Amino acid sequence: MSEHIVSRKVYFAIFAALMVGTAVTVMVAFIDLGGQFNTIVALTVAVIKATLVVLYFMHVRYSSRLTWVIVGSGLFWLGIMFALTLSDYLSRGWLPPPVGPH
Amino acid sequence: MITEKHLPEGHAAIEHAEHHPALQHHFENMEQQREAGTLGMWVFLVTEIMFFGGMFLAYVLYRSSYPEAFAAASNHLDIKLGAINTGVLIVSSLTMALAVYSAQVGQRRLTVIFLVATMALGLTFLGIKGVEYHEKYRDSLIPGKLLPSRPFNPAVQGPHEPYDEHKLHLSPGTSVRHVEMFYWIYFALTGVHALHMIVGIGLLAFLIFSAARGRYSPEYHAPVEISGLYWHFVDIIWIFLFPLLYLLGRHLEHHG
Repeated sequence: MSEHIVSRKVYFAIFAALMVGTAVTVMVAFIDLGGQFNTIVALTVAVIKATLVVLYFMHVRYSSRLTWVIVGSGLFWLGIMFALTLSDYLSRGWLPPPVGPH
Repeated sequence: MITEKHLPEGHAAIEHAEHHPALQHHFENMEQQREAGTLGMWVFLVTEIMFFGGMFLAYVLYRSSYPEAFAAASNHLDIKLGAINTGVLIVSSLTMALAVYSAQVGQRRLTVIFLVATMALGLTFLGIKGVEYHEKYRDSLIPGKLLPSRPFNPAVQGPHEPYDEHKLHLSPGTSVRHVEMFYWIYFALTGVHALHMIVGIGLLAFLIFSAARGRYSPEYHAPVEISGLYWHFVDIIWIFLFPLLYLLGRHLEHHG
């Protein structure tokens, strides 16, 4: 497939979205949303911003399937690392400590 | 045309076709070469995802273990400088994307201008980061004994003292050792990120030099594009670092 040239209009639109996302995440950080909602909002905005950069600035949206596979594999292994580690740490304390033989 | 008759079918066209001087002999054509280069950079970036991922994981585990200490340490960071630096990096990503565009359409002058702008913004980021590091030095927040002359020893706000924004504000029962853990992770993550910025600025210097000499054209601009991928990736790391290090716990901030 030949090279896809992303128009400048798209770049400026993505740039505006990234700036708005940054402003929103800073403003929301000072409001107590209760529970873990501050963390959830901050990370959701960050993931959306990162996705926009990957798809448009890094041209992945217009790239070959092989590129998609490589990007996906990176996220997949990152997911394995987090899931396996957190399944240990977060599940500690769910069961009472084992009673010794004595 | 007569000589071609003696060659196997299809060969003549390939042997005699004019090819771009930048085409390496192990690639069939420029398109294949470009695709291979892009994939190579992506494979490298996947290893980078895992590299930074390990440190992000350490952050998640310690933050969930010591939420109060980490919130207090977060709140002590300079949110203004952090937010400005986020903006600086996003603008630099835009100028990098525009540099790639200019190279793709063959606007040599604009390519150089946008590359120089990207480099200047990268240096601005590092300068602001330096100011922040100096603030941490001033407040004795460099963890452990990384600086033997200035070990980790921040001033902690006492219960009846007047409010002082330069002091750490710890809720009762919070250990300053856990705040120190935050600063280990803060310096590891931002330090390695800054190192990546320095590498990126080196790449940009090379690109500016080559672009000014007219090495890039609509047919060949792979180095600009591939370096752009790297630059955007470093931007993405900061997109996660900023909320995680500077913003989380901000709503718990209490004055006096």
